[in-house]
Amino acid sequence: MQIAARLATGGTILDITGDIDLAHSPAMRKALLQEIKEKKTPKVFLNLEKVRYIDSSGIASLVEGLKASRDMGSRLILYGLSKTVREVMELSRLQKIFEIHESEAQALAS
Amino acid sequence: MLLKLELQSNPEALCLVRATVERAAEVLHFQDAETRAIVRSVDEALANVLRHAYGGRPGLPIEMSCSRVEPNGQKAGQGGIEILLADKGVPVKQAELKGRPLDDIRPGGLGLHFIHESMDEVEFTRKKGKNLLRMVKYLSPSSQAAASEETSKCR
Repeated sequence: MQIAARLATGGTILDITGDIDLAHSPAMRKALLQEIKEKKTPKVFLNLEKVRYIDSSGIASLVEGLKASRDMGSRLILYGLSKTVREVMELSRLQKIFEIHESEAQALAS
Repeated sequence: MLLKLELQSNPEALCLVRATVERAAEVLHFQDAETRAIVRSVDEALANVLRHAYGGRPGLPIEMSCSRVEPNGQKAGQGGIEILLADKGVPVKQAELKGRPLDDIRPGGLGLHFIHESMDEVEFTRKKGKNLLRMVKYLSPSSQAAASEETSKCR
């Protein structure tokens, strides 16, 4: 899994590539919490277009990020969810808890 | 038996297992959504072994086998896949096998829920110092029809 950060309107986009599983979710969690808690970024966009797989540990990291963003008064915005990622969100019944958009353009305009 | 794997409790091995199980499910004519469900269940079950049974310690043994469930098996008319996992970790606590309520929004505790939602049969036992997990997924009627028409998807 690879994580790249780039600046966007009002915040930072984290581009995630690969599988978010038990081996790699700690790295995503770290990047996410660093952006939200340490850098105090007002909007963190998580680009999941190139994520092929996410497991429950990845979902747990996203929930932790969401809680941190709520505590900080910032926003965590997800976009580009593949069928696999969307299925896991639905299984977790979390799709309505997260702010989710189809594309980067829609996410940035939100 | 379709395949038998002897693994070690290394998180980096999970992606290899997912790829292997995905191909096995395809060969047995499972449709895409069913294949994803099987892969997800095996991955979550192995992650539970790594985290809970072995407490994150690497290099400990896990056995996994996949077998074809014949259409004339217990569930008449439906073939499928049976996956067995065995580890020598600490015993699984029965109270922890139910997962947690989903309306409790917090990190963790989702893996078992995914497994139960994704598979048709899930059975935990402990025998001779080993945790054993048996998971079965049956072919849907449309997948079963495809399986009947085509004998093998191995190329």
